[in-house]
Amino acid sequence: MKRFFSGLKETTAQGTSLKEILNEMDTNYPGIKSYIVDEQGSLRKHVNIFIDGQLISDRTSLSDPFSKSSEIYIMQALSGG
Amino acid sequence: MQPTVLLGTRKGFLAWHFSKNRWQVENLSFEGLPVSIAYADSRTGTWWACLDHGHWGVKLHRSADRGKTWEEVKAPAYPEGEEIKEGIPAATRYIWAMANGGKTFNSRLWIGTDPGGLFLSEDAGNNFELVESLWKHPTRKDGWFGGGRDQPGIHSIVVDPRNENRIHIGISCAGVFETNDAGKTWAIRNKGMRADFLPDPNAETGYDPHILVAAPSDPDILWQQNHCGIFRSTDGAKNWIDVGETDGPARFGFAMAVADDNPDQAWVAPANSDMTRTAVQGALCICRTDDGGKSWKALRKGLPQENCFDIVYRHALAASGDALVFGTTTGNLFFSPDRGENWKVLSNYLPMVYSVQFTD
Repeated sequence: MKRFFSGLKETTAQGTSLKEILNEMDTNYPGIKSYIVDEQGSLRKHVNIFIDGQLISDRTSLSDPFSKSSEIYIMQALSGG
Repeated sequence: MQPTVLLGTRKGFLAWHFSKNRWQVENLSFEGLPVSIAYADSRTGTWWACLDHGHWGVKLHRSADRGKTWEEVKAPAYPEGEEIKEGIPAATRYIWAMANGGKTFNSRLWIGTDPGGLFLSEDAGNNFELVESLWKHPTRKDGWFGGGRDQPGIHSIVVDPRNENRIHIGISCAGVFETNDAGKTWAIRNKGMRADFLPDPNAETGYDPHILVAAPSDPDILWQQNHCGIFRSTDGAKNWIDVGETDGPARFGFAMAVADDNPDQAWVAPANSDMTRTAVQGALCICRTDDGGKSWKALRKGLPQENCFDIVYRHALAASGDALVFGTTTGNLFFSPDRGENWKVLSNYLPMVYSVQFTD
């Protein structure tokens, strides 16, 4: 992701839902949200989000819960050739 | 001949340039990323790269300085709540066609996508809006389906230079549609086509025109390399006639180009039947007609004639003056200076080639 957003770094966010956090990230890094979710808000097929080490289960509306100190980790699937 | 060739490949955007009697790579951008379409807007010289990230979705970039720098613009996106079919949300899965709106509408751009949405920009590509009339066409949800891709896709956008509100589009699988009012209303133009793969080969929609092209010197003459033959229309797509060979190689394939100066001269890149999708009898050829499809000549001089698996994707054959260029699925790039009579290799080591376009 740093290839497309060169200033990207670990960031503290205030949002109380994944949607809010993605919107916050998009304010900091304009356009980044569209890399993670599609225009209907669903997580892209080959992208995973972990909350405190656990893969999220709701890829459609991103409703998985987390706490104030949770770490949210976004990764792309390792595939291709 | 226009001296530059843009290539969209599985591993990047490439520009080849011809000067001092040789071809050289002028630009490589987006190395490692799939570029579904590399497009040059002839009005402005702007280059466009339609990216198909495996992970991060479809993205759109443009360059005003021949690829030295690029700017990302918002890719076409389906409005919230839109569905491909009941319960299947619509999101842009692939950009499969790009065309400028012509000289009259110099800020207009069209984009065709999988899953079947046509997008229009009236501000030089800063914003693209879904063309609702086509998306809501009564045939779409039940009469269109995937062909080549999982969902229906618009791969051809042909703007009539005499009336730039008149546009023909090609959809796999639905067929050919025409608008005369810049996309407000649409007519189906599938008369005379066949869809041998359907229970009813003469259905209203469900046809598979692999590519649709118009003759620059007479835009009422349209050609298509179809899944079920090569079709030609001499009346602006109202009626189609199969002009493919019964026994020869000019029948199945994906790509097609028409001569700039002769509406009766066209080229196709034959492939084995839809069963194997390999070079016909292990030998690569381009077929040309000089008489509107009455006869075809297989052009092979300089092309591999044994142990060859290459086929040519639908956007990967282009003509400019006497010159032709095509790129293949196994990464070969061939050039002909004389309308296909003789070929030479420009490269044997490219990624899979998705699109080629001549430009200045």
